[in-house]
Amino acid sequence: MDTDLGVSASSALPESEVARKRRVHGMLKLYYGINDEGKAAAEEPESQDPCDINGPHFDPELYLNKLRKECSLTELMDQESCMVKQIRSLDSDMQTLVYENYNKFISATDTIRKMKNDFKKMEDEMDCLSANMAAITEFSARISGTLQDQHTQITKLSGVHTLLRKLQFLFELPARLNKCLELQAYAQAVSSHRRARSVLQQYSHMPSFRGIQDDCHAIMEQLAQQLRQKFRDGGSSAKDLSECVELLLQLDEPAEELCDKFLSHAQSRLDADLQGLEAELCKPAPASGPSMVLDLSSKLSATPVVGSPTDFVSPTSNPFLSPTSKMDILEFIDRGCNEFVSNLCLVIASYQELFINRPQEGDLASKNIPQMASGKLHTFVNSLAARYFSLVERRIQEEKGVGDNSLLVRALDRFHRRLQAISKLLPGSAVPSQGTEIVVQAARERIKQYLSALQSFYLDSLTDVRQALAAPRLSLGGSAVPASGTLLGSSTGGKDATPSLPELLSSLSASILNQIKSVLASVHLFTAKDITFSNKPYFKGEFCSQGVREGLVVSFIKFICQSSRQFCESAGDRGGSTPPALLLLLSRLCLDYETSTISYILTLTDEQFLVQHHIPVTPVTALCSEAREAAQKLLNHYVKVQGLIISQMLRKSVETRDWVNTIEPRNVRAVMKRVVEDTTSIDVQVGLLYEEGVRKAHSSDSSKRTFSVYSSSRQQVRYAPSYTPSAPMDTNLLSNIHKLFSERIDIFSPVEFNKVSVLTGIIKISLKTFLECVRLRTFGRYGLQQIQVDCHYLQMYLWRFVSDENLVHFLLDEIVGSAAHRCLDPAPMEQSVIEVICERG
Amino acid sequence: ILTKMEDDAPVIYGLEFQARALTAQTAETDAIRFLVGTQSLKFDNQIHIIDFDDENNIINKSVLLHPAGEIWHMGTSPADKSVLTTCYNTTSDSRVATLAAVWRMPKEWESGSHESPDDSSNNPQALELLCHLDNTAQGNMACVLWEPLGDGKRLVSLADNHVTLWDLEASSTKATVSSSATLEGKGQLKFTSGKWSPHHNCTQLATANDTAIRGWDLRSMSQIYCIENAHGQLARDLDFNPNKQYYLASCGDDCKVKFWDVRSIGEPVKTLEEHSHWVWSVRYNHSHDQLVLTGSSDSRVILSNMVSISSEPFGHLADEDDLSDGEENHQEEKSKEPLQDSIIATYEEHEDSVYAVEWSCADPWLFASLSYDGRLVINRVPRALKYRILL
Repeated sequence: MDTDLGVSASSALPESEVARKRRVHGMLKLYYGINDEGKAAAEEPESQDPCDINGPHFDPELYLNKLRKECSLTELMDQESCMVKQIRSLDSDMQTLVYENYNKFISATDTIRKMKNDFKKMEDEMDCLSANMAAITEFSARISGTLQDQHTQITKLSGVHTLLRKLQFLFELPARLNKCLELQAYAQAVSSHRRARSVLQQYSHMPSFRGIQDDCHAIMEQLAQQLRQKFRDGGSSAKDLSECVELLLQLDEPAEELCDKFLSHAQSRLDADLQGLEAELCKPAPASGPSMVLDLSSKLSATPVVGSPTDFVSPTSNPFLSPTSKMDILEFIDRGCNEFVSNLCLVIASYQELFINRPQEGDLASKNIPQMASGKLHTFVNSLAARYFSLVERRIQEEKGVGDNSLLVRALDRFHRRLQAISKLLPGSAVPSQGTEIVVQAARERIKQYLSALQSFYLDSLTDVRQALAAPRLSLGGSAVPASGTLLGSSTGGKDATPSLPELLSSLSASILNQIKSVLASVHLFTAKDITFSNKPYFKGEFCSQGVREGLVVSFIKFICQSSRQFCESAGDRGGSTPPALLLLLSRLCLDYETSTISYILTLTDEQFLVQHHIPVTPVTALCSEAREAAQKLLNHYVKVQGLIISQMLRKSVETRDWVNTIEPRNVRAVMKRVVEDTTSIDVQVGLLYEEGVRKAHSSDSSKRTFSVYSSSRQQVRYAPSYTPSAPMDTNLLSNIHKLFSERIDIFSPVEFNKVSVLTGIIKISLKTFLECVRLRTFGRYGLQQIQVDCHYLQMYLWRFVSDENLVHFLLDEIVGSAAHRCLDPAPMEQSVIEVICERG
Repeated sequence: ILTKMEDDAPVIYGLEFQARALTAQTAETDAIRFLVGTQSLKFDNQIHIIDFDDENNIINKSVLLHPAGEIWHMGTSPADKSVLTTCYNTTSDSRVATLAAVWRMPKEWESGSHESPDDSSNNPQALELLCHLDNTAQGNMACVLWEPLGDGKRLVSLADNHVTLWDLEASSTKATVSSSATLEGKGQLKFTSGKWSPHHNCTQLATANDTAIRGWDLRSMSQIYCIENAHGQLARDLDFNPNKQYYLASCGDDCKVKFWDVRSIGEPVKTLEEHSHWVWSVRYNHSHDQLVLTGSSDSRVILSNMVSISSEPFGHLADEDDLSDGEENHQEEKSKEPLQDSIIATYEEHEDSVYAVEWSCADPWLFASLSYDGRLVINRVPRALKYRILL
């Protein structure tokens, strides 16, 4: 069948027609169930091939031609027989289908005839039903008609009854209200009155109603009066009060007035609390006054300091023990909390209960009372809190003794903790944050106080050290040291009553360190876990880094360095008031700070306070270099001062003597012995605090070195008895040769941190002064010889102190040479004689 | 004696004697000329007249004898090139005294030696004594100062604790004391040095004794100010700013150079601490007062540019002609920041203590320094700085 259709379509019809036919064809197929199932796959590649005998585009002509062309005869024969067979089977299929269709048509005709009969019967039954319905409707109408009159009457009667009852209520109202008043059943009275009020208002033009209304008004007025009285008394319980307020509000009492009344009443009580606190503030301060008092003498004496008494802190009175009626800050805050803050909280709570948290109903809701009321409450609380805070601030400011911080911290903690109650009661209030601000401010102030306490402690300690140094002693200076060979053996001083330099240094440094530690411990209380405000952002961050680390520790270290530097500047020119030993000691202190103490203190701080540095802080290295700079400056200054002291001796000795007319030297001059003694004691002093240092190897006979007035090549040239202006290059050449062997000596040059370098500096300064002074004088024969003796003596003792003995040789050479040159009669003394004189001395 | 050096390099001249006294020839404004006085106890002392030929970088030397004694200080007359004063030591009967005298150079000295350098062994001529400043009663002379810019008739001498004002006769052959003052106080007071101020009509004098600096009014011979403890140790020398009448510089044994405004003497205006030993001499440049020269016994000479306290704190001010060129230039000048003070150069040619430094009177960019070993070094202000100051 497919084939047939396909053939006709493709040959005869236009494309659209073919498509339509195929749709119809598809529907038929659907109907008969010969569906895609089997063919779908085969049909899908519906080929356009005109030679596909089952395809829609089959062209018999082409197909035949193709077969003819392609196939052999036998194949054609086979093809032909196959095709005949197929045609035959298709024919039989068609016949079967036609037969089946006919059968189905017959049975359908039968069914339609049967349906026609059934419908007829149904139509009759429907007609009967509609007739019955009409009858029922008619009956119902008739019944309603009869009952109408009676119903109207009943309704009317019922209305009259209600009205009468209302009237009765109205007439009875005054009596009822009176009774309520008697029984103090205010709530009932108010609700009754409320029910009647609008009606009375409406009919007030009728005299009888008017009478009732007036009565009621009078009664209610009385009631309101009673309520107000009750409210004013305030003694009644919160519940009563609340009821009272509720009723007054319902009586159209203005809410604002009520709030004001309530608050003003509360204010008077709270004012009393505040006045109590203020009176406490005005009590006279304790006798010790607001001065900075460091109560650490007990702590100090407990420090593990070796040896001698080290209690630098003069005994101070403890401000907390001094007899006074004034309560301490903890008591003060306690009182404030217990009286003022808790009363304030009570007021807030009951006020809120009364005006804010009440369920709103009726026309009251529209008045927006809570908003108004809470506005009032906030102003009220803020103004009172401001007064309270100012009192607390004043009290905190009086807290200046820095001995015990725990009391203040506990007070602040309590203060802060109690304010949290307000924040719970009044969520939007600024009061708790203001309170925190006060705590922060107090902490800031505290750090400043501790810093200045540390500073004054440091300065006091220095004063004590100064006094200890000034105290007469035998050991330190070594002034009693004999000028013989046992010079270096005297360094074992310090066993006497007065402390030695190292002891002073160690006790000074230990007491400073202890002081810092105890201050840190005190300040640390602010950040303790159980303190409520310690988790505020300020105390977690800024307080630790900017406050404690920078503001306290770093500032204090900087202060030490700066004050040390000031010793160099002020004392230097205008008559050195600072004892040299103190300079030396401070220099060592600063150096110790540079090497270890600073990093120790800062590590300690960072560990204790877990400082997280959000803002850049001063690095340890910067502080260390500052300390080192200070140490260097102090040591340089020490060298300068000591050098100056010896220089002055030498200068005076040269300037005041008549060198032309002096006698033949028999002794080393006393001043030279003094120079050696002083140098030795300086050596001892420096040796107590600084390491030895490196020196160049000594020649075996350093002390025996010979000075010859003619030893210097330069002088020999100058002595040449010639007027001939020798070529300038000659002298230059000689000086240049000399320069090759000796480096230029910087007299006041920075010294290293060791004994040898310090002593070298001092000796350089002294000898250079000696040289310059000698050059300004004129000498006779014996004058020169005295200088020879003196220089030999200096040579004997000074070489051992310096890093390079050649330096001493060089300078002494220059001195003797210059003296010889400035001598009217240069006849030098025999070396052996010089030695004898010096040895004998 | 000729020493040819590279341009701008220092020129070095060596004397065979030790020397402390150095001065420029004040009245000579054409030739660059310095005088050096020697110190010798055994031989006749000399004054070396050092002429510097700037174009050829050559030193020409003449020697005059000063047989009176070793020279500690010299001063040249501002009016007469050939007149000078010296302070000198004499020894007689085992007594050393420092005296002062006015001398005239022999007329022929200039035509003398330098034309034939090899001929220098010829006997040099001696100075001609004009008069002594007779001060035997007053003690040892520290220095003699000529009235600056004057007619060469007035002198001040400082001896121990006496200030004396002298009048010279026209011929300079007689000096008479016109007035004098004595410094009273505890201990043995002694002037170290002094300077006659060129300001205030030459009526003021400043002196140094111990650590103090004092100002004197020469009309009344009374003290007008006193900077106590101007230096931590001995004050060695001082000099007046030639362009700012109240400013003076001082130096001393505390290694410092200090600049003072004598109207407010509490604190120095500025302090330099560049030397590593006593500073013996400080000199303002005669024209450009920002240039300050110091010599020290650390053997160094330091040239500083103290522009911030100079009379030209904003650099060289434009001339009238430049201003007329255009407004923009003018405004540029005005908006200039004060320049920074700085050390221009440290000169290390000396190997012994430098006791004297002097600027040339003829060439403001040239200066000499003298060290104890007799070495005279002539240096110039670095060219770059010179042009910066001038342009």
